[in-house]
Amino acid sequence: MRRFIVRRLFTSVLALLGATIIIFSASRLLADPVSLFTPNEGYGMTKEEYKRVVAQLHLDRSVPIQYGYWLADLVRGDLGRDLSDRNLIGPKLAKRIMPTLKLALAGWILATVVGVPLGVLSAMRRGSVLDYVGRTFAVLGQTLPVFWVAIIAVLIFSVQLKWLPSATMGEGFAVRNYVLPTIALAWFPVAGYVRIVRSSMLDVLDSEYIKLARAKGVSNATVIWKHAFKNAALAPLTFAGLLLGGFIAGSVAVETVFAWPGLARYAVEAVQTNNFTVIAVVTLIFTGVYIVANFVIDILYAFLDPRIHYS
Amino acid sequence: MEGTVATSTAAQKAARPGGFRNLVQAASRWPLIPGGVLTVLFVVAIFTPWLAPHPPLKATIGDRFAPPMWYAEGDSNHILGGDTVGRDVLSRLMYGARVSLLVAAIALVTGTIVGTSLGLVAGYFGGLIDEVIMRVVDVWFGLPFVLVALVIAVILRPSMTTMMALLALFTWAGFVRNVRAEVLSLRTRDYVTIAKVEGASATRIMLVHILPGVINIVLVLASLRAGQLILTEAFLSFLGAGIPPPTATWGSMIADGRSYLTNAWWVSVFPGVAIGMTVMSLNFLGDWLRDKFDPRLRQL
Repeated sequence: MRRFIVRRLFTSVLALLGATIIIFSASRLLADPVSLFTPNEGYGMTKEEYKRVVAQLHLDRSVPIQYGYWLADLVRGDLGRDLSDRNLIGPKLAKRIMPTLKLALAGWILATVVGVPLGVLSAMRRGSVLDYVGRTFAVLGQTLPVFWVAIIAVLIFSVQLKWLPSATMGEGFAVRNYVLPTIALAWFPVAGYVRIVRSSMLDVLDSEYIKLARAKGVSNATVIWKHAFKNAALAPLTFAGLLLGGFIAGSVAVETVFAWPGLARYAVEAVQTNNFTVIAVVTLIFTGVYIVANFVIDILYAFLDPRIHYS
Repeated sequence: MEGTVATSTAAQKAARPGGFRNLVQAASRWPLIPGGVLTVLFVVAIFTPWLAPHPPLKATIGDRFAPPMWYAEGDSNHILGGDTVGRDVLSRLMYGARVSLLVAAIALVTGTIVGTSLGLVAGYFGGLIDEVIMRVVDVWFGLPFVLVALVIAVILRPSMTTMMALLALFTWAGFVRNVRAEVLSLRTRDYVTIAKVEGASATRIMLVHILPGVINIVLVLASLRAGQLILTEAFLSFLGAGIPPPTATWGSMIADGRSYLTNAWWVSVFPGVAIGMTVMSLNFLGDWLRDKFDPRLRQL
């Protein structure tokens, strides 16, 4: 177990380092950064400003050396400056992180609350209309592109019915502004939950110890929720890493369509304006979250399921 | 049947002749509908230049936002209406199918070949080479693909080749683990040992003796992957990091119509329906192949 954790930690750190290399080289090769600073085009800096930025970003050195400087700055907590307005990235990120987290949390809660029970019910009433409804819902969630679902939701509920606002987060806790983005974000994960919970419930319900419990005369509800669900509940955990990947991609889509003032939209804007300092930092944050979460999930899984032995 | 209390009643109901369930069962035995949809799609994609009513890039400014033919103002000249600059939506959808399928197919084949080869090599040789390949795969799985792809797509300058390369990069890693695991169990079989004793080369053993044993798993994984490739391509094109305009792609068509939803919903809606139908058919076909050839992969 301990060896497994150490090993897993090692691959996580390796993944993070690999990610910084890929992202850094990508963000610096994105366009010739120097051309972005020429006075007449790009970000329109004066000669002096330009020289200062080149020195500050070490653009006169080779890419590997630039990488070294950048990594050292990152480790010291210096994230650099946004090229579009030359402000520090740190405070901007702080403002952008909460909207993304709030939306992701809302989406995750909705997905879990709808997806898990739907998966269990679908397995219990296998072959019933409910099962087919649940599975159709899952199939649609996994096949319709998130960005398209978001656009159609705006078309129907904002443009046609005028029930809900079409964009932005609104001031304070404006629940109405959350409805459409949350649903658009949660549908894909719900679909995943239904599929995975249903199939693992079916596996468990078919096992010997469930048959024994039934033969013993344990009530149906107890069999389902205590005996079967507790064991089937591990399956969504293995799926959690994939789910998170879906959430990150989903946030990019949903924040773009709903003009949500979050991190993912910041990244997309930065890509569209060759704002490479921002791209590197934001992508790295998402990657870091993803890698850390996957690490935690793997460890948690090993603890929760004593049948798994790691060598 | 399960023989449990709860499911036996369901089983009895399922055995009842006629009705909804039998229809569903018949449809699930053979993938008729998905197969049909995909066949039509392939035919359309191949013969688009002869089938499409208009060239995909021909813009007629008078047909800007022309409504679909079933509207009072619409006519059969533009069956699904005209887009933001008066190009024919149906024709662009058909050319878009061509682009989507071609890009996804080439990426899928490339990614499958690379991933399978690495899985074979890692599983067969083991040792250091196995360790290196598997660690790279671990790292690869650790990256949030869409963001990385977004960045790379912009650096390499969006193009069809960039998109194929990106999607292939997205594909290969998924094959390595499963293929390797399968090879590990196959390489100790007697027939492999005999081939070794007879002096067959490592390449020959891998290709002639082991590959046929893993081909099922590869086919199933590839078919399950195909839909995701189409979705990813559409998403990147939607964000402007895909195949550049004016080439018709489903993702960029959705992006085009986004600002004009109020007066011309058809520009964005139809490409989404096309993506949904294609991906759904591919997924159903993948599920069916999996159940038929390798039910162990059900958790995927």
